[in-house]
Amino acid sequence: MGDILSIVSKRLGLGVVTLLVISIIIFGAVELLPGDIAQAVLGQGATEENLAAMREQLGLDRAAPIRYFEWLGNAVTGDFGRSLVSQQPVSEAISTRFANTLFLALYAAIIAVPVAIFLGVLVALFRNSVFDRVANVVTLTSISSPEFFLGYILILFLSVKTGYFPAIAKIDDGMSLIDKLDRTFLPALTMVLVVVAHMMRMTRASIINLLASPYVEMARLKGVPAWKVIVKHTLPNAWAPVINVVALNLAYLITGVVLVEVVFVYPGIGQLLVDAVTKRDFPVVQACCLIFAATFILLNLAADVGSILTNPRLRHPK
Amino acid sequence: MSQDKSILLNIKNLRIEGYSDEHWIEIVHGIDLTLHRGEVMGLIGESGAGKSTIGLAAMGFTRDGCRISEGSSIEFDGLELTTTPAADLQSLRGARIAYVAQSAAASFNPAHKLIDQHTEAPLQYRIQKRLESQEDAMELYERLRLPNPREIGFRYPHQVSGGQLQRAMTAMAMACRPDLIIFDEPTTALDVTTQIEVLSAIRDIVDQFNTAAIYITHDLAVVAQMADVIKVLLKGDEVEESDTRSMLENPQDDYTKSLWAVREFKKEQVPRPADTVPLISVQHVDAAYGDTPVLEDVSFDIYSGMTVAVVGESGSGKSTTARCITGLLPPTKGEVLFQGTPLPPDYRDRTKDQLRQAQMIYQMADTALNPKVKISEIIGRPAAFYSGLHGPELKNRVDEILDLIELDPSLYYNRYPPELSGGQKQRIGIARSLAAEPTFIICDEVTSALDQLVAEGILRLLDKLQKEMNLAYMFITHDLATVRSIADEVVVMQYGKVVEQGPKDEMFRPPHDPYTDLLLSSVPEMDPDWLSTLLEERGVDSNTETHNP
Repeated sequence: MGDILSIVSKRLGLGVVTLLVISIIIFGAVELLPGDIAQAVLGQGATEENLAAMREQLGLDRAAPIRYFEWLGNAVTGDFGRSLVSQQPVSEAISTRFANTLFLALYAAIIAVPVAIFLGVLVALFRNSVFDRVANVVTLTSISSPEFFLGYILILFLSVKTGYFPAIAKIDDGMSLIDKLDRTFLPALTMVLVVVAHMMRMTRASIINLLASPYVEMARLKGVPAWKVIVKHTLPNAWAPVINVVALNLAYLITGVVLVEVVFVYPGIGQLLVDAVTKRDFPVVQACCLIFAATFILLNLAADVGSILTNPRLRHPK
Repeated sequence: MSQDKSILLNIKNLRIEGYSDEHWIEIVHGIDLTLHRGEVMGLIGESGAGKSTIGLAAMGFTRDGCRISEGSSIEFDGLELTTTPAADLQSLRGARIAYVAQSAAASFNPAHKLIDQHTEAPLQYRIQKRLESQEDAMELYERLRLPNPREIGFRYPHQVSGGQLQRAMTAMAMACRPDLIIFDEPTTALDVTTQIEVLSAIRDIVDQFNTAAIYITHDLAVVAQMADVIKVLLKGDEVEESDTRSMLENPQDDYTKSLWAVREFKKEQVPRPADTVPLISVQHVDAAYGDTPVLEDVSFDIYSGMTVAVVGESGSGKSTTARCITGLLPPTKGEVLFQGTPLPPDYRDRTKDQLRQAQMIYQMADTALNPKVKISEIIGRPAAFYSGLHGPELKNRVDEILDLIELDPSLYYNRYPPELSGGQKQRIGIARSLAAEPTFIICDEVTSALDQLVAEGILRLLDKLQKEMNLAYMFITHDLATVRSIADEVVVMQYGKVVEQGPKDEMFRPPHDPYTDLLLSSVPEMDPDWLSTLLEERGVDSNTETHNP
């Protein structure tokens, strides 16, 4: 176990370094945008004097590296500055939105991951059958359709025509969990449809890859039934690639859902980011990007650790 | 247990087809096989003889892409397997017919403990409860003389050695006390000293439970120890069958006789030339992988025109020594001299000419040759690189080399490795090393993946090339029969050290170093009593458990 701890801490250290590099890129990219905060706030008609005064007030007249370290130093303590639009602290604006996004992502993941792996095992068991083909076509169709299209289709059939679920997923803190789950069912389902195919196909491929191994033949020759061969003898050895794909899709659920949020008017972080970009609200943009980057890094780290934990050679050294 | 000798397995006119290139091709052509209870039948033959296919068919099992033809009959204890529904067949496997695979390391699931894999079949068939079955497993482990029989089962496959795994697999096959076990080359992947332990363990346990067995192998000496009856196969046909003693003493068919005669090739031993500098001199070499030391004070000399065989079990440092000589692994201490001058330890610091002098031939020609590159290019590239040849000159040179290795240039020049047989691929491997015009070639287990007849052809070719070009060979092998036929001098290695070295005739004459003695005496001989005699001599009673009356 000591080995695993040292691997994890090494990866965590590397993750911090990656995050630092990304923060430089984010800061640099925002610097490169034409215009700056002063111009964005004061608008086109501002005079040079006004701009200069504003820049001095905000400290924008100082060199970029100094401002970068200042921003970074504050960000580390959780202070991302104030929104230029609402004047509200960025961390406050983001925290509820990010919590909403996490809630929706978790909701979708809790449905999608078990369904995808279960389907993957089933299609591997009945490989090349009609069931396998139908499952493949359906999931591939859903992954190939744009999310907003899927979202509108679901709204049309499950909300407008039948009235089973609400079409608008507006939630607030006062609602009960059941209410929240009901309100957000359609966006969650849309996201499930988008991510299931990838994970299912990876599960199927990595299981089938192992079916030719001698230990699978051995299991068959011991009289182990087909479903047990898959579940007990291939699945435990197929986790590593599956876990990586799952992590990738979880990251997508958190960072790539802006279209779904727009369709269902869901108050998530994706919408906030898009709003901030159009309004040149740089502190918010920077904070969102940094959070997304950290999400990716953490999930990939979790996938690495997961792969290691499923490898008996690493779990039980000689 | 009553020693019931009734017929257990009766195979009639077994034909099996394999699917390749969109055709069904018959690969087993009407085999008859009768096996009585408690009897051990040896199936021997070269690769492609259909041994494993027949063995699996005896379980009513065919690999993907194979099928049993109409008109075949496999009768197991009164049950016709070819017409039995799949579900019923499955309930025979593991319970009444069990299988022991060639590579135990690959055939145990890496994700589960040994004992959990052992108890799987008994639990599946509700023969035993988990604890009962575990208790039984430990008992079997003890009978198979595994160390720590009460604990070893709770380890994962990668935590146990190859020979132990093979015995654990035999125990697993015994879990439901089957009537029949198929042993598919169970000791082929093991060192000779380990092989003996596994062979005697298998023989005892089969004997104790009056289990019938089909023992598949390509090694005649091994089958002589294990089988009551031997059936010789060639390309899916039966050559002959008779009981072990008469088969060994008096083989009838020419093919069987040729198999028996394989080990007769023996080259004339060359003495060391006087007053010359050795071509390659390994001097007090230490080497390590990371922090793990693997070689310690290894020294030996190789003279032009001579073959030095380096023998030892896996992990003894044979291949590592080769890596030090070629500069792939710079030694941590000591040096390698070429004609008296030290070679730079790292191959990157060596000159083209120094690199040219030492070439390698690998064990697995399959993986050592790029399957997507034509033969002409495989041989042409080193010829162009070291000798600067191109155009028609290069083609002539490649033709010349193909002639040397006895492959017709007009037939092989434009072909790809996957189109060749195992022996031909190994010849291409030799050709590639010759293309550099070396003075010294390292042959790393070059014959161990080949059938005996083919291997002999390769040995004869290497011998011919040595005489023509005065080549020096370092011949890495664990097979002492090969050493006997080709070596001039022998270096015995164990745990990264040289245990003994000297001219071949001295090495095969006592007194030996104790380890050399153990190695030599562990090589199976074509005498059905060899194993029993040997175990007696070593003081291991082969019947540690008393027979049930």
